[in-house]
Amino acid sequence: MSSGQPLPSLPILDQEPTGRRGFLKACGATLGLAAWATALKPLTEWAQDVSVEEFLQKHYRELKPDEKQAVFRRLEADCKQDHGVDVTISDPQAIPGVQFAYALNLSICIGCRKCAEACHIENNHDRATNNSYIRVFEMVMGGIDFEKGDATYDHPVPQPGKFYMPVQCQQCENPPCVTACPIEATWQEKDGIVVVDYNWCIGCRYCEAACPYHARRFNWEAPQIPAEEINPDQGYLSNRIRPQGVMEKCTFCLHRTREGKMPACLEACPTGARVFGNILDPHSEIRWVVENKRTFVLKEELGTKPRFYYFFDE
Amino acid sequence: MTPTSITSWGFIAAVCLMLGCQRSESSGGQSPLVVAAESAAAKRHPVVIRKPPVPQGVPTATLDPHGKPVSLQCSACHRVRAANATTAQSTDLDEFHQGLKFAHGQLTCISCHDANDNYSSLRLADGRSLPFTDSMRLCAQCHGTQFRDYQHGSHGGMTGHWDLTRGGRERNHCLHCHDAHAPKYPTFTPVAAPRDRFRPVVSSGVSHE
Repeated sequence: MSSGQPLPSLPILDQEPTGRRGFLKACGATLGLAAWATALKPLTEWAQDVSVEEFLQKHYRELKPDEKQAVFRRLEADCKQDHGVDVTISDPQAIPGVQFAYALNLSICIGCRKCAEACHIENNHDRATNNSYIRVFEMVMGGIDFEKGDATYDHPVPQPGKFYMPVQCQQCENPPCVTACPIEATWQEKDGIVVVDYNWCIGCRYCEAACPYHARRFNWEAPQIPAEEINPDQGYLSNRIRPQGVMEKCTFCLHRTREGKMPACLEACPTGARVFGNILDPHSEIRWVVENKRTFVLKEELGTKPRFYYFFDE
Repeated sequence: MTPTSITSWGFIAAVCLMLGCQRSESSGGQSPLVVAAESAAAKRHPVVIRKPPVPQGVPTATLDPHGKPVSLQCSACHRVRAANATTAQSTDLDEFHQGLKFAHGQLTCISCHDANDNYSSLRLADGRSLPFTDSMRLCAQCHGTQFRDYQHGSHGGMTGHWDLTRGGRERNHCLHCHDAHAPKYPTFTPVAAPRDRFRPVVSSGVSHE
């Protein structure tokens, strides 16, 4: 004090970096960084599962042939890595002059659920949920009232006074699910089959809500299947193992039917209640059923124009 | 076969047919080219009906010296016994065929079995004999609507191809699902239902009203 220099009048200002304002700034910056890191954390975890090629993959219908092949080989390699199984991902195209249609004879369906089981195996469904694209309703005779239907019965069939009604994707000519999709991840192919690009779907589930037949399923988890039970004959648009968080649906087994084979559910049907074929072929079995049996479609009043017909014997 | 090659084959066939029509108009004959094209276009794989079970004799309770069960030809007994036209239940029988479950309308044994052939074959309604391997004709004479539906592919299980130009098909015979003596389809336990994510499976069997 003897130097006579003036005392620092505002010492706080001189020590600004350690002062209240600096402290608050530092706190703010730390918190901000922490929040930023936390916000990005899921992104880094997600990026471990999704390769750059997968992230940048274009919509199925924009892929050129060589790009498609690259995608299929990548998916095959992914399946080998994740499940240890050699699979073949095919991409059969719609056959010109073919419009698929399906008919189901309610008079001889006995509700055995063999079709649902075949679908479960053929389409690589999750084993734990016993998922299937087919839901078999036990209905009360005398009407078609799904409010009185039961899809979870587990008693011997057929029961007296009941009939059995398997419901799956009706492959509508005017599909509400396709209209509902905000990103065109689902569309109708030339042979009438409505398909999903599982790599384009964002899992918003609008299509599930739009479907009047409750035919679409959401992959809450990636399907878990023992390696020896995986069906290696897979189609890109049909039964390949779906990723978590995307929609899936019946595709009339297009990886089989576009090669001329019957769908898996039809082959499994012990009574022959199911009829499948090309509705444009005047000599086909499906055409005979539609022309000669008293067929009807589900919820006709909605104007969805299903390609799936139901009929009773006279 | 790829869709493209099918289209091209179809196109070739169409052109050949057109050429063939022109030529047949001019010459009145059919060229070998047309025949080849037509057979290629009409090449259809077969629809095979799986062989029905055929009776392999009547089992007896005895064993032969090798320990194998002995079964008898139908004619072994029936050639020495007169046919009884009124027998309609296995309870009417005092030897053999005991416990046979019979629930097939008001039929009697000889409605379907040919007594004139010592029961070694079947008998059509008009009295003609019919081998066991051809039993679908016997069923069809009463179950005409089912047979019609069967012929049009809307009755009876099958496997194979919907498109017969690409592959064949195998179909069940009547007897693969229906026991000729008690043809009603049996009752059995269904495959388990899909497990709903939010609601456990209810096994009450009643509707959820």
